[in-house]
Amino acid sequence: MSHESQRTTTTERGRIRVTGFDTSVFEDRDERFEWQQDESTVSRDRMTRAWERFKRNRTALVGLAIIAVMLFTTIFARPIAIEGITIQPFSLAPFDPTNSNFGALNQGPSAAHPFGTDWSGKDILSRVMYGGRYSLTIGVITVGIALSVGVPLGALAGYYGGWIDEVIMRLVDILYAFPFLVLAIALIAVLGQGFWNMITALVLVVWISYARLLRGEVLSVKENEYVTAAKALGARDRSIIFRHVVPNAMAPVIVQATLGIGTVVLNAAALGFLGLGLEPGSPEWGSMLARGRSSLIQGQWWITVFPGLAIFLFVLSINLVGDGVRDAVDPQGDTSGGAGVRE
Amino acid sequence: MSLQRYLIKRLLVMIPVLLGVTILTFSLTKMLPGSPVDYILQFQETTPGLREQLRAQYNLNEPIYIQYWLWLRDAMMLDFGDSLISDRSVSGAILNRLPNTLLLGAMGFGIAIAIGIPLGVVAAINNGNTVDEASRVAALIGIATPNFWLGLMLLLVFSVQLGLFRVIPPDKAVLSPAMLKFVILPAITLGTASSALIMRLTRSSMVEELNKDYVRTAKAKGLSERTVIVKHVLRNSMVSVVTVAAIQVAFIVNGSVVVEQVFSWPGVGRLLIDAITQRDLPVLQAIVLMIAVTIVFVNLVADLLYSWLDPRIRY
Repeated sequence: MSHESQRTTTTERGRIRVTGFDTSVFEDRDERFEWQQDESTVSRDRMTRAWERFKRNRTALVGLAIIAVMLFTTIFARPIAIEGITIQPFSLAPFDPTNSNFGALNQGPSAAHPFGTDWSGKDILSRVMYGGRYSLTIGVITVGIALSVGVPLGALAGYYGGWIDEVIMRLVDILYAFPFLVLAIALIAVLGQGFWNMITALVLVVWISYARLLRGEVLSVKENEYVTAAKALGARDRSIIFRHVVPNAMAPVIVQATLGIGTVVLNAAALGFLGLGLEPGSPEWGSMLARGRSSLIQGQWWITVFPGLAIFLFVLSINLVGDGVRDAVDPQGDTSGGAGVRE
Repeated sequence: MSLQRYLIKRLLVMIPVLLGVTILTFSLTKMLPGSPVDYILQFQETTPGLREQLRAQYNLNEPIYIQYWLWLRDAMMLDFGDSLISDRSVSGAILNRLPNTLLLGAMGFGIAIAIGIPLGVVAAINNGNTVDEASRVAALIGIATPNFWLGLMLLLVFSVQLGLFRVIPPDKAVLSPAMLKFVILPAITLGTASSALIMRLTRSSMVEELNKDYVRTAKAKGLSERTVIVKHVLRNSMVSVVTVAAIQVAFIVNGSVVVEQVFSWPGVGRLLIDAITQRDLPVLQAIVLMIAVTIVFVNLVADLLYSWLDPRIRY
């Protein structure tokens, strides 16, 4: 316990100052007893325990492996350069995903083009490999920003109650009246198409579910004795909320956020399919299906099968991982199969 | 609290939400670049007089809150003005499409229930063994499949390759045999994800019920397994399923926007997408508002249904 000796013992806890005893006595006593904590009761931190439970879940690990493979292919599909400096020089994709080859339009799968080519002669395998960059970053960034909006608002609403709660939750109720995709479509109509506009629209739709979920949890967590104790010791509200209440209320939100990546990717792809996602022609999985219907009717099945399969595989893996995360961090959590899909 | 008082309280809470929904819908379309007047004048000779006349017609000279009030007043009478594209009244255009969407939604919902509840019961009875595990995987697959992709795949296999269905919907009355046949594939597409959710929910609420004392009592007095499940367990576990099934309406609306696009189904969802691509603001406003108000009321019904089915629940 080397860090024990470095800790300076004070007689202050928050605003309360304890007087009337010599702190050095206690430090000495710690040294004199050869007391050792029983290894079996060592309380490891939350994340370590969760990870150990997660590791035992085989289907969740399969999901994680699939995601890892997809991440690998999409990172190494094309070189990555930031401000002219190449930080990832490899190029696994056989063709440039945006390059049209007018000599090979609408070709079926072959040795040169394993997934075929589309209506402008672009190699679909390369586009599927590269397209993961859009879907995956949209999923992760959207959920990340939505959490950073939804968690503080949900925590404030739940902890303080009163008019703060009333205002935030009425806003959530209003936004909940709009189905996910309808609201996202309306927002994109206002913001216009493009990567960051799409993320903004999705964040505005997604944050409400985290705020609502966390508020509910905070309502029950704040009744715990340790919160009362922290208050009695004079801890500030900010530190009570973010050090004691939120960490203990996060479990269902973490589960929901993991599954939420899948939901966001699915809906981003749907927007792409509707022609409201990124700029037309972007090698994003959903956008690749936008004109797929007409090719399909002409029998060119490969144009729609492979990008759709990529979306399906990714969302399925995220759901497998999400189920594993639920069992790991929120064991008593309900497994009803809400599965991150918001109505 | 009695059911009546709960109803009154619940209705009062709805007022600010409905007001907020209308404000949001109104301001979203106000934020869209370009006013209806600019849009119309693209295709006409512009004279200052005409512009002024059009601005007055769309109340654009009034302060924004007056504009909102005038819009809200008309909207409550279901008068959303005329479409900018087709010169038809917006309500007329929506009412024209609504039966198709209702047919698709009802069929999709029916399929979701018809698949979801029986499979959920089977999974619950087999709690923990391979059948249960298989149903879990099936549900995950159902949830993870993008509905537009599923639709395209069904279209590919059953319409293009097997030729069992038409590729585009027949131009017939809603309940004609040809339409009822065509709607099968879109309805399956729409119902799949919902059926997976309903199945998981049925399973978990049945597993919970099966562990209760009354089940053991019923078995102990000699009732058959079948009677116990059908007459007692299923009935009790339906309480939460019914509520969630009601909430699935929002999910169905969501899906129908996409599915209608896949199958060229002439419903409200396609009208919405067309309104956005053509910047037809009155139509866009009316559809978004209609959907949101419907969902607010469906949620009300779900809440009331819940407290009516389970009298222990009082708020």
